[in-house]
Amino acid sequence: MRIGTFKQSYVADAALFDSRTQHVWLAIAGLLLILFPFTANEYWLYLGCLVAINIASTTGLNILTGYTGLISLGQAAFMGLGAYTVALLQLHFNLPLVLNLLAAGAVAMAGGILVGIPSLRVKGLYLAIVTLAASFIAQFIFANFEFTGGTAGITMQPAQVLGVPLDTSFRLYWLIVPVTLLMLLGAANLFRTRIGRAFIAIRDRDISAEVLGIPLLRYKLLSFGLSSFYAGVAGGLFAYFYRVVTPESFPLTMSIFFLAAVIVGGMGSILGGILGAAFMTMVPEVLRLVFGLLPGAADLISLISPIRLVLFGTLIVGFLIFEPLGLAELWRRTRRFFHLWPFRN
Amino acid sequence: MTANRTEPTTPLLQIRGINLSFGGIRALTDVGFDVQAGSITAVIGPNGAGKTSLFNTLSGFYRPDSGSVQFKGQDITRTPAPRRARMGLGRSFQNIALFRGLTVLDNIKLGRHAHLKTHVLDALLYLGRARREEAALRRDIEENIIDFLEIDHIRHAPVSALPYGLQKRVEMARALAMQPSVLMLDEPVAGMNREETEDMARFILDVRSEWGVTVLMVEHDMGMVMDLSDHVVVLNFGQVIAQGTPQSVQNDPEVSRAYLGSGDVRELRARLQAAATVRRAA
Amino acid sequence: MMAMDWGYLFEVSLTGIASGGLYALAALAFVLVFKATRVVNLAIGEFLMAGAFLFMTFAAMWSMPLWVAIPAAVLACGLLGAVIERSMIRPLIGEPEFSAFMVTIGLSSILVGLAELIWDPEQHRLPDFMPTQPIMVGEAFLSPKVFWGAMTAVVFIAAALLLFRFWRGGVALRATASDQGAAYAMGINVPRVFSLAWVGSAMLAAVSGIIVGSIGGVSSTSMGVFGISVLVVVIVGGLDSVLGALVAGLLIGLIEALASTYLGGEYKLVATFLVLVVILLVRPYGLFGTREIERL
Repeated sequence: MRIGTFKQSYVADAALFDSRTQHVWLAIAGLLLILFPFTANEYWLYLGCLVAINIASTTGLNILTGYTGLISLGQAAFMGLGAYTVALLQLHFNLPLVLNLLAAGAVAMAGGILVGIPSLRVKGLYLAIVTLAASFIAQFIFANFEFTGGTAGITMQPAQVLGVPLDTSFRLYWLIVPVTLLMLLGAANLFRTRIGRAFIAIRDRDISAEVLGIPLLRYKLLSFGLSSFYAGVAGGLFAYFYRVVTPESFPLTMSIFFLAAVIVGGMGSILGGILGAAFMTMVPEVLRLVFGLLPGAADLISLISPIRLVLFGTLIVGFLIFEPLGLAELWRRTRRFFHLWPFRN
Repeated sequence: MTANRTEPTTPLLQIRGINLSFGGIRALTDVGFDVQAGSITAVIGPNGAGKTSLFNTLSGFYRPDSGSVQFKGQDITRTPAPRRARMGLGRSFQNIALFRGLTVLDNIKLGRHAHLKTHVLDALLYLGRARREEAALRRDIEENIIDFLEIDHIRHAPVSALPYGLQKRVEMARALAMQPSVLMLDEPVAGMNREETEDMARFILDVRSEWGVTVLMVEHDMGMVMDLSDHVVVLNFGQVIAQGTPQSVQNDPEVSRAYLGSGDVRELRARLQAAATVRRAA
Repeated sequence: MMAMDWGYLFEVSLTGIASGGLYALAALAFVLVFKATRVVNLAIGEFLMAGAFLFMTFAAMWSMPLWVAIPAAVLACGLLGAVIERSMIRPLIGEPEFSAFMVTIGLSSILVGLAELIWDPEQHRLPDFMPTQPIMVGEAFLSPKVFWGAMTAVVFIAAALLLFRFWRGGVALRATASDQGAAYAMGINVPRVFSLAWVGSAMLAAVSGIIVGSIGGVSSTSMGVFGISVLVVVIVGGLDSVLGALVAGLLIGLIEALASTYLGGEYKLVATFLVLVVILLVRPYGLFGTREIERL
């Protein structure tokens, strides 16, 4: 039972992981992350990479929706911007991987700021509608222009790091997971500073926030820009992972997937972003598994796509009505139970 | 430009001829008065008199149809609200406006927002500047505000779990964190019992004497008003109907008619308009 | 460059305005729910789709006579609206508006998925039921379906305008939207108002969906795209304005027709998006929307 954690300095009190127990758990988690790729088979490695990419993108969306209270339906479109940037840069120039990823983030961020300027001057709901329209425009641009490869898209070569081609899930894991961890750390840090506090204030009471000194448009744009940056980098990772980028790769359904991940995981919580992304990534996999076991499997395969849609929607509605604080809250309750055991409350 | 030295006689806040209307409703008509540095000024008046509208105009939330507001000798009539906060105009709200997603400590830290320097990149890395600034902020708030308002036992509590009186105190703490020159308190003791009211009165006096903060407050509790304020401004129907020391205002027949009513609203309004015309001519 | 073909321009514009009437009808369904419950229904396009699919089922698959199939589809859609309101919107009454909005996003996903499961993802034609005589205005040809669809839309919109202005229920709807607590105190049955609004909106959407579907066919995704244009229409017109829905609907219909004809079909959506951006920059509350006065 963990009773109290006593700090002896303000800096210590502000630390992300503050107790000895947490440090131990963190070390164990780190060890598991390192051992995982050596012990897992191809399928699980693939899933692991996919979960990591989704965590990165979900965290970005969480900054915007969970913490700042603004809804975007364009997460997939911004990932697409990032993915296409990486693909095009690789095709035409020979820049190092890191620069490509940063450029992907920057391009997506620029797109975000452009879209955000008209829509963030008023209420948050306008952003949702503008991003909805923008995602169709993005698809239009991807599909109808020469330099983006038209409807066929762009096929990519494996990324090269120090002469080593990243062409297996195992190798990509060592790119994707550290990048995702960095992005998680950045987001967690954000909310220890005035910027993060300002985002939360905007979500809870934006007009009071303004009178207290927070310039609304600037901060809303900042939040949207950051979340687009995250989406762009995640899109870049996506491109390196799948090595094919087409206009069909980033449909509206994907934006809804990420929104669901934010809601299911728990809005306004970094852990929520992790849990939600992992959960939502596993849902289609579990579905596929279940379908494989049922008789008449061949006919059912075509139904997976609509069933997924219904499932995403139901998860969104269900969690909003019954557990608005998401899986993160369920986790917290379980932890509290173990902290206080053998006492009840 | 040489450093601004406000002479002792220049009021800290000069409000002139503020007119504010929403659609057809006139919220404020020709409102004007001065707030002297280091004073405690109370704005009183019946409900609906326009007191909160006045505060909102001073905060920069509403833009007046005409009139001007001068703060520290500068015209801030067109200045956006966040800049006014940075210039030293602090504020608490009538209906508590704490942020439910933040703890007490974070709510207070938010008050300092406009004075902090951390940028996005600093924040994401949280190494040098962000960490130092946060630590310094924490130390300053703990030693000067949390101790002062006696809220150290609830610093990590989520604000929605707190009783009303403590929430009001946290609001005050957040307003103090803004490092204000003028602290606008909108009904600071509304809904409080006798003991809480006395505590708050003590805090307000201490804020003025220890921190040198000028206080402008909207208040209904006449005891508070009489005991604390140096200057009282009375509003009714969006107009200033009287102002002066607490004693003179207390004895003003206009004021008692405003509060107790003459029974005939039209007659009252006519008298108020006449009084306003007389004052303008004078 | 050849001389401008004014006749052609007139014809295109006429068709555009008439199609705009259809947008206006769908926008009306949206505005009804927003006026009464302050909920932004992002799934409006999917309600149209539901109406169109239900009509197809009753008229084509179950071979009901048209004069039964149409009302049946409208009522069935109304029932759907009631079920949705009761199960998904009512539980969120005290919560921030943001939550109900996100629920409608989830709802749109559910409806599209269900449509693909119950019917299929293919494009379907709806049975014809409108007069087929081409309409001529001077030398300009107007498709009869578009014309009669627009006429129906105008009738419904006029009825709605009158209803909101003069009928007690209309006033009750507006009262509930602006202050639920006060409305309760006045004796207005707030939950009933919510239900009525959603049922009414779903039925209007069904009418709109049947008309739009009979012009261009229906599929699980086609109405979603239509829905985006409808959302732009309500933003341009004002989220809570019936008149705005009409004016903006006609305007957007016209602009889309012009863009589609003179620039190419793919540019229709681009034109709509540009209109959206412009209105947000110039008049964010819409042409006729009420600017909210916020209180601190």
